Amino acid sequence: MEKRYFNPKIELLPREELGALQLKKLKKIINKVYKRVPHYRKKFEEAGVKPSHLKTLEDIRHFPFTTKEDLFVDYPFGLLAEPLEKVVRLHTSSGTTGKPKALFFSRKDVMAQAELIARSLVMSGATSGDILQNSMTYGLFTGALVMHYGAELLGMLVIPAGPGNTERQIELMRTFGTTCIHMTPSYALYVASLIQEKGLKPGKDLKLKRAYLGAEPYTEETRRKIEEMLKVDVFNCYGLSEMGGPGVGFECPVKEGLHLWEDAFLVEIVNPENGEPVKPGEVGELVLTSLNREAMPLIRYRTRDLTRFIPEPCSCGRTHVRIARILGRADDMFIVRGVNIFPQQIEGVLMGIKGVAQNYQIILEGYDEMTVKVEIDRDFFDGRIERLLKLKEEITEKLRQAIQVRPKVELVEPGTLPVSEGKAKRVIDKRTL
Amino acid sequence: MEAVPVLSIFAENKPGKLEKITEVLAKEGINILGFSIVSVKDFGVIKFLVDKPEKAYQKFKERGFTVAKVPCLGIELEDRPGGLYEVVKLISSKEINIESALVYVAETRKKAYFVFEVEDLDSAWEKLKGEGANFLRASDFIKE
Ligand SMILES: [Zn+2]
Repeated sequence: MEKRYFNPKIELLPREELGALQLKKLKKIINKVYKRVPHYRKKFEEAGVKPSHLKTLEDIRHFPFTTKEDLFVDYPFGLLAEPLEKVVRLHTSSGTTGKPKALFFSRKDVMAQAELIARSLVMSGATSGDILQNSMTYGLFTGALVMHYGAELLGMLVIPAGPGNTERQIELMRTFGTTCIHMTPSYALYVASLIQEKGLKPGKDLKLKRAYLGAEPYTEETRRKIEEMLKVDVFNCYGLSEMGGPGVGFECPVKEGLHLWEDAFLVEIVNPENGEPVKPGEVGELVLTSLNREAMPLIRYRTRDLTRFIPEPCSCGRTHVRIARILGRADDMFIVRGVNIFPQQIEGVLMGIKGVAQNYQIILEGYDEMTVKVEIDRDFFDGRIERLLKLKEEITEKLRQAIQVRPKVELVEPGTLPVSEGKAKRVIDKRTL
Repeated sequence: MEAVPVLSIFAENKPGKLEKITEVLAKEGINILGFSIVSVKDFGVIKFLVDKPEKAYQKFKERGFTVAKVPCLGIELEDRPGGLYEVVKLISSKEINIESALVYVAETRKKAYFVFEVEDLDSAWEKLKGEGANFLRASDFIKE
């Protein structure tokens, strides 16, 4: 594999130097928010910390977290660390209720995020000769615009298609010879199925090579399915508006986790319950500090996204840390017998087992008893009870390995469990303490 | 090979489940010739030998049941003490493992059959076909 880097000096920076660079930037940004953002000063004071307490990177632990709620203090401009004249861009991120989070970026912020995208695209193998069809939503959402800037910085031809109108999407792909697409995984599945329906042959009628899929969590199975249907390499990209949108984390061709650009972010993974760092490799909530942000720096921001570190160095040569694909939301987590578990872990196991249909349900009751109800696949049933018993045993054992708790598994008929609509119906907690 | 189709239905252990299943057969005028129920705590498998297996299979499918057709072998039981013993002894002497079984008593009440399911039907047939047993034929009971 030919190795190319957009910014080799930074991407290959030895870890000690990377750490030193982070500490330098961290000190600067902690000082800045303490001086310029009253809300941060107040929080630091309440926690009894001062910028001068920050001597090593580990000292960041003594500084308070920033949560979604903090973004609504002195809304909308309260967390600005620069005068409004320096702000060139507003993005918002809608919450489930009420006002959207308001995120502000200076010109430097916009270009810094574009560089992260450009690095990521080169990492995936893209060059200025590629044609990117950007099918994320343009507008207040960061997804499309931030990718757009990054791809232009690299010199790709960008087709600002936006989402929807799938007939037109496919027409654009055919007319202009789109080589890369950027969209959500669920939309990619839809586009791929329509391409199949039309009898078009990816690889022949279409020139697609890569798909950058993000903005919603998806599984390895889904990746493989899309790769096969569209004959592309799928790269998982992670971002959140609070941290500047896409480009925060991106997969390299090794496709074992996403590199997080550590010259731009200080990365922590904590136990969502108590905020303490998790053991290396253990699942927890991703916490990010923006090290480059000028207009609106965020310190120890609780992303609510669950992941784990992949501590081994990556064979692509980049020294920046890797995280596993996002496994779910911290809010979905539940605890059984002292073990933190989230539905996506269970979903991941079930999706890899033949004979299991789409739906499942987790029931917690009694003295920390966990029952997983699993729909069997209609076509798997051949009339033999032995086969069902084996399936049940396989599910139980694979779940035990994945979550360290041996659940009770119940096989149920297909179509009898509520269809997936997020957490609400997936986990039924009947425990009373 | 003289294999006969047995319908096998996956059923959660819920009150009224067996009622719903047998209702399908009753409504469609399908005659149950033999049945067995195996239950393991949370679920079970119910098996039927019926006179219209294809129709029954389609109707169960249409109504969303999880159903499969399992080819089985049927051997006639002699109408005397030890009749079942003789058949089971024959099967086990060939080291064939019976996975499930039901008994079918023909309408005339003169003949009964031991209908059983094995893991490897072809090899079981090879081992048993030359043993002088009377095998149940699909044409003996199927009316469709
Ligand atoms: Zn890598």
